[in-house]
Amino acid sequence: MFTDRFAEGHGAGEPSGLSRRNFLKAGAAAGGGLILGVAFARGGMAQTAQEFAPDAFVRIDRDGRVAIIVCQVEMGQGTYTSMPMLIAEELEVPLSQVHVEHAPPDDRLYANPLIGFQVTGGSTSVRGFWKPLREAGAAARTMLISAAAQTWSVDPSTCRAEAGQVIHAPSGRKLAYGALADKAATLPAPSHAALKDPKDFKLIGTPAKRLDTPPKVNGAAKYGIDTRLPGMKVATVAACPVFGGKLAHVDDSKAKAVNGVRQIVQIDNAVAVVADHMGAAKKGLAALAITWDEGVNAKLSTQDIVDQLDAATQKPGIVAKQEGDVEKAIKGAAKIIEAVYREPLLAHTTMEPINCTVHVRKDGCDIWVGTQVIARAQAIAAEITGLPLDKIAVHNHVLGGGFGRRLEVDFIGQTVRIGQQVDGPVKIIWTREEDIHHDIYRPYYYDRLRAGLDDQGMPIAFHHRVGGPSILSRWAPPAFKNGLDGDAVEGADGPYGFPNLLIDYVRQEPPPGLLVGWWRGVGVTHNAFMVEGFVDELAAAAGKDPVEYRRALLGKAPRARAVLDLAAEKADWGKPLPPRSARGVALVFGFGSYIAHIAEVTIDKDGSVEVKRIVCAVDCGTVVNPDTVKAQIEGGTIYGITAALYGEITIKNGRVEQNNFDSYPALRMNEAPAIEVHLIDSNESPGGIGEPGTPGAAPAIVNAIFAATGKRLRKLPVDKDLLKSA
Amino acid sequence: MTFSLKINGANHQADVDPDTPLLWVLRDVLGMTGTKFGCGMALCGACTVHLDGNPIRSCITPVGSIGTSAITTIEAVGETPAGRKIQRAWLDLEVVQCGYCQSGQIMSASALIASNAKPSDTDIDNAMSGNICRCGTYGRIRAAIKHAAQLSDAN
Repeated sequence: MFTDRFAEGHGAGEPSGLSRRNFLKAGAAAGGGLILGVAFARGGMAQTAQEFAPDAFVRIDRDGRVAIIVCQVEMGQGTYTSMPMLIAEELEVPLSQVHVEHAPPDDRLYANPLIGFQVTGGSTSVRGFWKPLREAGAAARTMLISAAAQTWSVDPSTCRAEAGQVIHAPSGRKLAYGALADKAATLPAPSHAALKDPKDFKLIGTPAKRLDTPPKVNGAAKYGIDTRLPGMKVATVAACPVFGGKLAHVDDSKAKAVNGVRQIVQIDNAVAVVADHMGAAKKGLAALAITWDEGVNAKLSTQDIVDQLDAATQKPGIVAKQEGDVEKAIKGAAKIIEAVYREPLLAHTTMEPINCTVHVRKDGCDIWVGTQVIARAQAIAAEITGLPLDKIAVHNHVLGGGFGRRLEVDFIGQTVRIGQQVDGPVKIIWTREEDIHHDIYRPYYYDRLRAGLDDQGMPIAFHHRVGGPSILSRWAPPAFKNGLDGDAVEGADGPYGFPNLLIDYVRQEPPPGLLVGWWRGVGVTHNAFMVEGFVDELAAAAGKDPVEYRRALLGKAPRARAVLDLAAEKADWGKPLPPRSARGVALVFGFGSYIAHIAEVTIDKDGSVEVKRIVCAVDCGTVVNPDTVKAQIEGGTIYGITAALYGEITIKNGRVEQNNFDSYPALRMNEAPAIEVHLIDSNESPGGIGEPGTPGAAPAIVNAIFAATGKRLRKLPVDKDLLKSA
Repeated sequence: MTFSLKINGANHQADVDPDTPLLWVLRDVLGMTGTKFGCGMALCGACTVHLDGNPIRSCITPVGSIGTSAITTIEAVGETPAGRKIQRAWLDLEVVQCGYCQSGQIMSASALIASNAKPSDTDIDNAMSGNICRCGTYGRIRAAIKHAAQLSDAN
């Protein structure tokens, strides 16, 4: 999966190279107390003590508060609670005493253990930090016990740690961690501190209350958009609506006359109105008369992109996976099934619109933003301003949704360019229309699938040709190897075993200027719709029950079979439903987790689809916070339903045709189904959970639609015109 | 033009054009950033505040239309019995994910249970379908509203 393709030796089955030793180093924190650095083991080149460059820090302050300073940011996925749970478990400290601090930008000091640089994404937080943070907690606990034992001149083995203090049982003496932190900082970090046996976990596996929730129910939480600074102006911006176009001319006389408008700023492809408040900025922007140089994409339409993909995928692509001989097997097949599956461009529409605040000065630059890639934010500002990295401070915030959009720094660069022309701090807020017109979209995918069935209807050959662009080649070029984009083909054969298998990849980029990027569930979301829709077709061609058919393909995947069985049981699979109502199933492996979705739908006479109920069964290995796991699956599923029913960005005359939540809808309360999430009890290594809820939603829905109507939908979003009843 | 606004029980002055949306007066002029911008067209509900107890979308409400009506925002809704219960229920049922839309959700939900002590599922649909949550917390919001309706005023 995309996240596991960066740091060598950190494969999906072995989160964070857990068999290798992570390095720990301790010292005194700048403001007093104990600081412990953790350097992750990397591939075969574990760091030596001499070249120690920590990837995460744990700090114990003199007041006993414990801080974790890591690359991860909180965007709703609950990581600012689950990571503290990992430390608290081993350190023996109440969870309320632990918090996460935003790490400053530094790819070297604060790398994501699975990705190798400073990024939050791909469901990597718990997978990556599962072992390092527990090791750090155990090491700190050992050091604090040693510090207490030295203070009391007793044998450390007669002391124990409990609830944030060290206790000497024979004498009843106690010392709080805060009081021991300075002394512990003078001790060497232990080379090995034993981790708890999972059966002794007190916190891990319990539904802990999220630490970030209280300020989110009273308006106190500060997102990037809430930045306020003395003298700060607020601006809104219009970039050329045609991809790749430039600004030609602006008549700003009327805008300048708007009360509260202070300045009009032009950059090469956009114009910004700087004002005292957003109301004036928006009014000023509407009063501009802008002439665009529309460039080469002035006539571009969605159909052009589809035609290019259709043509490109006629020819074989780069082989991503090959087992047996598909062509030979297909020649001997009793039946051949072929289909083209398509998925549209998608926007992210995070609830917090795109925004960034900068203060660009001659000698430095400050940035206030919510970002999943803080070091990239710093780097782009350095590139634009010519300032050295250490003169660029980035102040990160909790994110009002990420979903992949805040893995990009396009808007940060834009803000810096505008900020260079503004005297004092300026906050840029994109309108929702600007957000939808200038997203970095989930790519259009155009996949060809082909299977050969034996006389029992079972697949003896499976061929999936993926057609689409390479996100990795732009976003992480070193991970794009030999013409193959590992993300584009992630999950392209599902969790199944096929006797003869071929996955090939045809790279076809959209026209320059139209950027594509990560979207929740990344490659797995793309491929789950293709594979699960097609496997459902194979089951229908074989005249077999979709659950039974899948089971038969899971001989070597017991964990996948277990979630399928559990979901079928909980969803009353097979129990009759009224006419034009039915269930559909989808089964997905990704991010180290297995998940089965069963959707129950009803199709109205006008063709509209009501998703009435979704049942999910999940095996994500060891569960850290079960309530967060359930919340992520519920929410990921809703995100997937929105895409299935509504999600589509279309282009006409080089412009995105959708504008706001009226033309790019999101699922609402009255449409949201009841969602049940059932967890498999497991001691396996933790799997990811932020991404996996999304991929199965759309295929489960279209498979249910097929069961209800006989109409096989191979293109998203659902076209209700095809589902009208006669 | 200078407007005098009664917000959360206190008087505030804002010197802006009368067509300036209340949202930006709250956030940018008065510094009350708990009320959120989401769409600017009353499509998503993130900007919901109470005007004399009724939920309104502040992103399309001109400041010049408010007059002497009392505005309540997320910063002070916890001082009302309904707001306090909704906030308690949000914490009890762990509704929140990214949290950005929740100011608006809580304002809509507080207004609902202030006027309807036992909302049905249909009542909840009607009151809450104007509030979008991209994290997908709808199931928990529904459960939390029902839970809040059971809480005593003392909570």
